[in-house]
Amino acid sequence: MSDKKDIDHITGVETTGHEWDGIKELNNPLPRWWLWTFYACVIWAVGYMIAYPAIPLLKEATPGLLGVTDRGNVAIEIANAKQAQKKFVDQIADKSLADIRKDQGLFQFAQAGGKAAFAINCIQCHGSGAQGSAGYPNLNDDDWIWGGDLEAIYTTIKHGIRFAGDDDTRVSDMPAFGKDEVLEKNQVQEVAAFVASLSGQEADAAKVKKGAVVYEENCAACHGEKGKGGREFGAPNLADAITFYGDKQEDFARQVNNPRHGVMPAWTGRLDDNTIKQLAIYVHALGGGE
Amino acid sequence: MVKVHDGIERLDVEAVNAKENRTLYQARVKIFPKRVTGTFRSFKWAMMAFTLAVYYITPWLRWDRGPYAPDQAVLLDLAHRRFYFFSIEIWPQEFYYVAGLLILAGIGLFLVTSTVGRAWCGYSCPQTVWVDLFLVVERWLEGDRNARIKLDKGPWSADKIRKRVIKHIIWILIAISTGGAWIFYFADAPTLFKNFFTLNSPFVAYATVAVLTATTYIFAGFAREQICTYACPWPRIQGAMIDEHSLVVSYDVKRGEPRTLRKKDREQLGDKAGDCVDCNACVAVCPQGIDIRDGEQLECITCALCIDACDAVMDKVGKPRGLISYATFANRATSKKGVQAETTWKSFIRPRTYVYIAGFSAICLALLVTLLMRDRLDISVLHDRNPQFVKLSDGSIRNGYTVKILNMIPQPRTFILSIKGLEGATMKIAGSDNVAAAFIEVKVEPDKLRSLKVYVTTNRKNLPKTSNVLHITVEDTLSDEIAKYEAIFEGPSK
Repeated sequence: MSDKKDIDHITGVETTGHEWDGIKELNNPLPRWWLWTFYACVIWAVGYMIAYPAIPLLKEATPGLLGVTDRGNVAIEIANAKQAQKKFVDQIADKSLADIRKDQGLFQFAQAGGKAAFAINCIQCHGSGAQGSAGYPNLNDDDWIWGGDLEAIYTTIKHGIRFAGDDDTRVSDMPAFGKDEVLEKNQVQEVAAFVASLSGQEADAAKVKKGAVVYEENCAACHGEKGKGGREFGAPNLADAITFYGDKQEDFARQVNNPRHGVMPAWTGRLDDNTIKQLAIYVHALGGGE
Repeated sequence: MVKVHDGIERLDVEAVNAKENRTLYQARVKIFPKRVTGTFRSFKWAMMAFTLAVYYITPWLRWDRGPYAPDQAVLLDLAHRRFYFFSIEIWPQEFYYVAGLLILAGIGLFLVTSTVGRAWCGYSCPQTVWVDLFLVVERWLEGDRNARIKLDKGPWSADKIRKRVIKHIIWILIAISTGGAWIFYFADAPTLFKNFFTLNSPFVAYATVAVLTATTYIFAGFAREQICTYACPWPRIQGAMIDEHSLVVSYDVKRGEPRTLRKKDREQLGDKAGDCVDCNACVAVCPQGIDIRDGEQLECITCALCIDACDAVMDKVGKPRGLISYATFANRATSKKGVQAETTWKSFIRPRTYVYIAGFSAICLALLVTLLMRDRLDISVLHDRNPQFVKLSDGSIRNGYTVKILNMIPQPRTFILSIKGLEGATMKIAGSDNVAAAFIEVKVEPDKLRSLKVYVTTNRKNLPKTSNVLHITVEDTLSDEIAKYEAIFEGPSK
């Protein structure tokens, strides 16, 4: 720029010397408060760069004197949340499941904690509403294979079902009556007809009659004389409205022929005891708890 | 230079904020308003006392609400989401009452402005009141206009330093008590007062006081009329509110002009001479730094101090008062030279004010009616969506609901929760050992919401459709208050 000042003759104000199509830019001074604000921002920015992570280097940004990081902030928030939850968590550790359920504040906390843990660990099999699907039990209803009181649910979560990695896991193994040729093919069909009749479904009377004999000889030992099931063996109730691998007669036949068995992992070791307790409270309160 | 005219001194003053003196980007020129007495000054003192009293005393008023609610008459309990105003308690979902009040305030301001002009600005705006208060301190320590100018221009002496230091200390004390009073609206005032000085209050209390202290000190001590002119949107909106039938503080040009400063000029003009003696008293008293004789200006807050100043001068020179007065533009346009513009209440009655009054009354009435008829018991029901229903082992169908019961009075209450409209339906509350029944007793703490997980079960044959209506009702057997919710009960498709 030249030293000579270019003055706009209409306004009498100095111009910046910039010109576009004959239009010149006036060089009015900034309002003073604006200028101060600008300088204040500059000073602030310098301080900020010293105090906080600012300049990106090859591996990471300069750390800043205060040592503040986003990860550190999250860690602080988590620590604060844990601290706030501590009195509930401690009580849950000390109290029995029945006592937790009786304490309204603890019950609500455990329910909320259980819901969160359920959403992370359980919905993959049992569904986001705990509604289950074929082979994965619906946890909302009142039909329990291994028991539906708080302790039974707690044990199931803790040790799993048919889980090879846990010595205390619950195991039951229905023989493959058809595949292993314990029963004739027609006997399999007959017992399936009988099982259908147990839960009030219509079935061929002749087959049901024969099936009853087959059932008493082969199935009643575990499932009970009247088909009410046996929780000590994990034998499902066949006389109620709830089934696991389909509710049609051919589904029953398929299960007698070559049964499928669900596996639930033991959560000891993966979840702490407190979380398992909270999960038990949550599942128990889903509506079917005993 | 001071010139003499019939015993009236011409004041050496410039209207620093008059249009021709005000350029862009210039630093604020200090204004030293002269002391004045008169009708409007007295009214302003009264308004100042009243508004300050309301502001400082309100949070300390007590109102007994029983053992389960605070006893502060006016309390914005943000932590617990409750707003208390004497006998009225507002929950967050009832915030429309506050919205209604704000609309009322808006229309009220329109009504006031369209009739008596910028009365809000001149008498009750906190900026006006606190600037006035700061000026009282300034005048008490440094004297009136001339003394203050002299002190301001003079060199820094021990006396000047002493006066200035004391002035700023008092200003800051006022600012602290202003910011300090604000926080008492948000918590129990006596407790907070004690905790505040024993350093046991939450950080937000100190931060709020600090910010409001700073704004009070800067706005009332330094920025003053700059806030009205540059920061406040209201003067601009008021420009649209005022019409030719609104009262404004104005100068009677027909009567006043031509101005005659010297006796000989007046004698020369004879009958043509105006009543204005050009003494500048109206300019000297103006806290906004304008000359009202230039006509209506954005800067004018219509504090009417120039009326008081001019009336005093008119009394001295033996002329009738009212050279500067409240008058409407319509009056000014039709008045004859030398005849005082007469403004009566009739100027208030016009279609525009009808509309404002009608709107104001309608909202008032609506707020009052809804306030008197509002429920203090409410129910909200959320149907479980996942799963929508559950088949139980005996083949019956169960639906889950989150039922929220709102006990909106500060008394513990016991309600009867019941279900109707679905044959054979019974319910159980999750986490409780109640027997499945069609109605259950539920206790709700005072002024609290209680959320319950409710399971409703009925036999499948009682479900005519996949989607059935279920009425969930909560009632207070003591007061007969009742709240109903029409929920849906889902079942399997046939």
